[in-house]
Amino acid sequence: MSAPLVIAGHTFESRLMVGTGKYKDLAQTQAAISASGAQIVTFALRRMNIGQEENQPNLLDFISPQTYTLLPNTAGCYTAEDAVRTCQIARELLDGHNFVKLEILGDTKTLFPNIVETLKAAERLVHDAFEVLVYTTDDPITAKQLEEIGCCAIMPLAAPIGSGLGIQNRYSLRFIIENARVPVIVDAGVGTASDAAIAMELGCDGVLMNTAIAEAKDPILMARAMGLAIEAGRHAYLAGRMPKRPYASASSTTEGYFF
Amino acid sequence: MQIILNGQAQPLDTGLSLQDFILSLGLENKRYAVELNQSIVPRSRYLETPLADGDQIEIIHAVGGG
Repeated sequence: MSAPLVIAGHTFESRLMVGTGKYKDLAQTQAAISASGAQIVTFALRRMNIGQEENQPNLLDFISPQTYTLLPNTAGCYTAEDAVRTCQIARELLDGHNFVKLEILGDTKTLFPNIVETLKAAERLVHDAFEVLVYTTDDPITAKQLEEIGCCAIMPLAAPIGSGLGIQNRYSLRFIIENARVPVIVDAGVGTASDAAIAMELGCDGVLMNTAIAEAKDPILMARAMGLAIEAGRHAYLAGRMPKRPYASASSTTEGYFF
Repeated sequence: MQIILNGQAQPLDTGLSLQDFILSLGLENKRYAVELNQSIVPRSRYLETPLADGDQIEIIHAVGGG
């Protein structure tokens, strides 16, 4: 068996992390996450609709903090200030929980991260004892800077959030992985199981995804597929793939022909 | 007096604590976090936190996201 994933001293058997957005309802969210085998589950923070939601079930009734490691995110934040504030609210909501996903957007069309604000927020959050898993571009220099600030995992995008375009820049991801001393988790851009397997074959420590599962025709089946793909890709990475060669190499022996 | 709850102005009796106000919203057994004028109020301090005219209260909870 391969070694578990360790992030900031927390140990995980599963290398798949999943989001909770875009599902039909909370029951489907719960079933898909269970089928995925993921142990780390991310979610967002928003105003409660007072007067409308008192009798509505909440996400945390379906995704129990006792069962899963929750990863509150700062999705929707465009400034370091808003992101830090969101993490502080998350810590209060989850009784002192410091494990957060920092995500500061720079543009509504691409949802690419604003790196200047991300670096600022990361410094403040690390200083304030948060364990910061950080969404970033696939730029190896930025990834290293975020690691040096003290982020506990670097989460480069593979393609724009929710695009399902798959791994766009294998070489940049490889550079990030080679240089990193903390886990590298692909966050965003995976569309189907083979994308997740490719990320893992490149040597990523894990993959975080949401839309690829939630927008599949059968999210629960896709969740299962993703769990298997992550495992398959990890094993293939550890096994070490065969070298590529330009011409064929017969698999059956060329000795002992009787014809 | 008037307070602003999750961005909406609403009237409120004077002399209430944050605890009184939250109880009046029927949020028992719910998971949420509260900010008063952009500062977190820990759950343990609701009782000792008085509300004043113009206070901005945010009640935040977990929603689906990725």
